[in-house]
Formats: sequence, C-alpha cells, structure tokens
Amino acid sequence: MKNTKYEKIADKHKASEDRVKNSIVAFLCGGFIGLLGEGIIEFLCTYFHLSRNESSTFMIVIFIFIASLCTALGFFDKLVTKFKCGLLIPITGFAHSMTSSSMDYKREGPIYGIGSNMFKLAGSVILYGVVSAWLFGMIRYLIGGLG
Amino acid sequence: MLLFNSFLFCGFICMISQIILDNSKLTPGHITSILVVLGAFLDSFSIYDEIIKTVGGGALLPITSFGHSLIHGALAKAESMGMIGILMGMFDLTATGISAAIIFSFLFTLIFKPKN
Repeated sequence: MKNTKYEKIADKHKASEDRVKNSIVAFLCGGFIGLLGEGIIEFLCTYFHLSRNESSTFMIVIFIFIASLCTALGFFDKLVTKFKCGLLIPITGFAHSMTSSSMDYKREGPIYGIGSNMFKLAGSVILYGVVSAWLFGMIRYLIGGLG
Repeated sequence: MLLFNSFLFCGFICMISQIILDNSKLTPGHITSILVVLGAFLDSFSIYDEIIKTVGGGALLPITSFGHSLIHGALAKAESMGMIGILMGMFDLTATGISAAIIFSFLFTLIFKPKN
C-alpha cells in the first residue's frame, strides 16, 4: 500500500519534471531550426544573389534533403526521441514521416510496400491541409474579400 | 533581428505542440494536422503573411506554413480565374516541398537498407 502510494507520487513528480524539460528542449531545438532556416535564406541571398522567394524555396528543399538523408541513414529516430516536437513540427518531420514509412515497408516490394505506404503519415497532413484550405478559401472567396 | 524572431517563433510553436503532446492523448499526427488547419485558417485573412514579414524564415519552416502556402496559392489563382482557381492553384506553392519530399524519400529508400 505504502509502496504504491510512493510510486504514484514519484511518477507524478517525474512526469511533471519531464514535461518542463521536454518543452524547453523542444523550444531550443525548434528555435535552432528556425534560426538555421533564416540563416540559410540570408546566406543564399547575399552570396548567390537569389531573390528572397527563391532562396526560401531552396532552404525548404535543403531541409527536406537533410531530414530524408538522416532518416534513411537511421539516426533521425534517435534524434526525434531526444528532441521530440522540436524536429517533428518543422518541415523535417514531414520528410521524416514519408521516408521512415517507406523504409519500413521496403521489403514488401515497390508497389504495395513503398508506393502505398509512403503517404501513410504524411497523407493526413496533406488531406486536412487541402480540405481546410479549400473550405477557408471558399469562405474568403464568397465573402468577397480578395485582394 | 529576423534571426532572433525566427528563433522565437519556431521555438514557440514547437514548445506549444510539445506541451499539447505531453498533456493530452493526441499523437504527433493529430498535432501536425491541427497546425496545418491553423495555418490555413490564419492565412485566410492574411494574418500569416504579416507573421512571415516580421519573422522571416522561421515562419516558413513549421508545418503551419504548409497550410498557409496551400491557401495562399489557391487565393492568388482565384483572383485571376474565379472560383475554379481555388482548385487550380492549391498546390502552386507547396509543389516544391511535396515533390522534393517524394523524390528524396524514394531515392534514399532505394539506396539505403532499413536497419532493423
């Protein structure tokens, strides 16, 4: 009886501590990624004389490339367990979900393995993004506030 | 200044989603979907454009910007094409991200062997 009570209290304490630590880690990691993104944009702007739009496109492609490569090499999962939302919420998480689900089902063949499982997790993001964008776009269009 | 803003904004979104993840039963899939819808909602009245102006690259990286670019392209096309433009322009801006993600993940899946 005493033990279970003690464990309960210990669990509560541990969990709350972990939550604070988790959120700080996520803040720092997410902030670092944002900083890196803006840094890459400014670097491309000044040294390659690209416009801001072009360089932000390149920046997103660079991030997707790095995230897919790290996932395929197998150490992105370890980073995700450490930094959690700091890596899952930026576009790296999108690339990670696609690469990891297609890697997991690789042995089932190119069609039923890679092809049908690639969008297993990323599909929900695209689905709800498109549906909500269509809905809000229609509302905005019908209200007539374009421009 | 943009660098500092990027740090704060991107970190803030990640922190909020981490807090939601820890304190509820939602999975990361739920949270990313919610954030995409939130991004689309914010841009339907051009709030997200203002955020991008003040924050810079940090606002383009979180998944909220995916919803923002979906609706941004749709509305831009709707201005010239009418109602059908919402469907035509939906993927105008996000096409690079989605195509790059598909191509890279396919190539890396073919090249590398899964570890377990």
